[in-house]
Amino acid sequence: MAELTYREAVAAGIAQEMRRDPNVVLIGEDIAAAGGVFKTTVGLLEEFGAERVRDTPISEQAILGAVMGAAMTGLRPIAEIMFSDFLACCWDLVANQIAKTRYMTDGQVSLPLVIRTANGGGLRFGAQHSQAVENWAMAVPGLKVVAPAYPADVKGLLAASIRDPDPVLFFEAKGLFAEKGEVPEGEHVVPLGTANVLRTGRNCTIIALAAMVPRALEAANRLARFGIDATVVDLRSLVPLDARTVLTEVSKTGRAFTVEENPRLCGWGAELAALIADECFYDLDGPIVRITTPHIPLPAADALEDLARPSVERIVEEVRTAMER
Amino acid sequence: MAKVFGGETAIDSQTQLALYRMQVELRLFEKRAHDLFLQNLVKGTSHLGLGQEAVAAGFAAAMRPDDYTFCTYRGHNHTLARGASMTAVMAELLGRGNGLLHGKGGSMHLTDVAHFAMGSYAIVGAHLTIANGAAWSAQYRKSGQVAVCFFGDGATNIGAFHEALNLAVVWKLPVVFVCENNLYMEYTPIASVTAAKNPAADRATAYGLEPIIIDGNDADVCYRTALSAYERARSGKGPSLIEAKTYRHGGHSRADPASYRPKDELEEWLKRDPIDLYRARLLARGVAQGVLDAIDAEAAAKVDRATEEAKAGPAPSPDLLERNVWADGGAAWRN
Repeated sequence: MAELTYREAVAAGIAQEMRRDPNVVLIGEDIAAAGGVFKTTVGLLEEFGAERVRDTPISEQAILGAVMGAAMTGLRPIAEIMFSDFLACCWDLVANQIAKTRYMTDGQVSLPLVIRTANGGGLRFGAQHSQAVENWAMAVPGLKVVAPAYPADVKGLLAASIRDPDPVLFFEAKGLFAEKGEVPEGEHVVPLGTANVLRTGRNCTIIALAAMVPRALEAANRLARFGIDATVVDLRSLVPLDARTVLTEVSKTGRAFTVEENPRLCGWGAELAALIADECFYDLDGPIVRITTPHIPLPAADALEDLARPSVERIVEEVRTAMER
Repeated sequence: MAKVFGGETAIDSQTQLALYRMQVELRLFEKRAHDLFLQNLVKGTSHLGLGQEAVAAGFAAAMRPDDYTFCTYRGHNHTLARGASMTAVMAELLGRGNGLLHGKGGSMHLTDVAHFAMGSYAIVGAHLTIANGAAWSAQYRKSGQVAVCFFGDGATNIGAFHEALNLAVVWKLPVVFVCENNLYMEYTPIASVTAAKNPAADRATAYGLEPIIIDGNDADVCYRTALSAYERARSGKGPSLIEAKTYRHGGHSRADPASYRPKDELEEWLKRDPIDLYRARLLARGVAQGVLDAIDAEAAAKVDRATEEAKAGPAPSPDLLERNVWADGGAAWRN
């Protein structure tokens, strides 16, 4: 084990796969010489050279077109879209081209590619550089959607995403880049579609993703002081979705809470709430509760941004209110 | 009207007969597709390449078998020109299970990876960036392949065109961009919505590329131009941007009677029908009329056969519905 930051784990996961497979290449804005604006690709140019680690112009469509064309002709490319908000600049490539082509060609074309992007709030960047948009991707058939919370999962899930034969949107939680954690030093791969049960409790099940996972876990620790014993599930990927683990853990406690950074309408928590209601309604002891960012663009000021994203305090409060009702 | 690019390279008679045959096959296929629309056997929409056969035939004939083609929703010609089965293409238009994509793609998405026809793209401009990716892959793998990307004049006004050209030049990609300027952006004259007189060529210098305008109704010119551009790409000199002036004999899509076009303009261009011109050239060079008549008859029989085989195909099986969203063949998003 080595202690790495979340951002170092990104580079570690990419490096592991680039050493293993010469067809893995990486492109994006400022990712080569500069090592990434978030320093998530530091050292890759030096180790793998300019043919495999390539800077691009500010041309999000050209970036995703390049990885799509490369993926359909034998490479396993990785693209960085600097901020997930910028996916809107190239959403045609994501949602119309990359997501649909395998289906439209009935399997003639394979697109083993990864789109990495810094997602969500926490850095006071304002509404155009802070939104959590993993729910956009989840709504598009043909895309896998991964969003890790811890450095070990960053490395392991990134490796699995690069090896995956389908296109993966890999959401890096930019508010967690500086967080540290133990990461296995040897080959480390975490399969997509496996949720992680981080804490087991008797009273309720809190399901979280990415930056909301450490908050949910801390909230569970505080809830214990109020006699509420919570299970915490880290989803790790939205597609494929580990519905079995979610349903099993909700059935055990009878109460379900989702904690998500998406604006409220059509966030992934809504899909999970529907799934839980459909498939384990009779195991529930009370309503399913979604804890979300309000349906607003994210404000810039720290005081306002902190109010917007679900905090440990808000999670504790909402769970207590629902449980004690 | 146009500057000849690619010099006066001699084209052997076998290649010329092949170019003639391909153009005739494409013409008869598209006419048949039009007839089948009128019979309501082809549903949805379709965009015919009638009148633009010389570009498809000339550029395809100059390719290596493993060069990549990317084209638009007006892509029947380009897909067939790479060698895709005519029956499978017709069956795809008819929504049959024996279609090229088993009925899942339709007219606007014809793809035949076995023949390196890497797809027909129906959102204007996106595929220029995707062609770059195939070219980048060829460059990285040192395979010597070229990616050839066909698009319309309308695509020159979308951002992806400019992003793709810039990156192709900066990365010196082996990609050849071919603008088929048929003078109309859907229903609107391209000149009325474009700042440049020649929508592709006039933008070339902005990217450090030579402006190249050719007669897109002359298959020999297309063939020669293609050879030079492919050679440039293969030798590491980077991309080319070619503007081929041509004309759509019909409307934008099946719903469009194209009544907005001036009558004299249409008549002028019909006099420059690429197949009539090519036939006259071959006759002038001493090819016997009987040889050309035989090619015409064989092409007609091929289209008839393809139509019958396509019509005889089964409806797509319902199990196709949730097949091949993912590489494992299925559509499951959860366990």
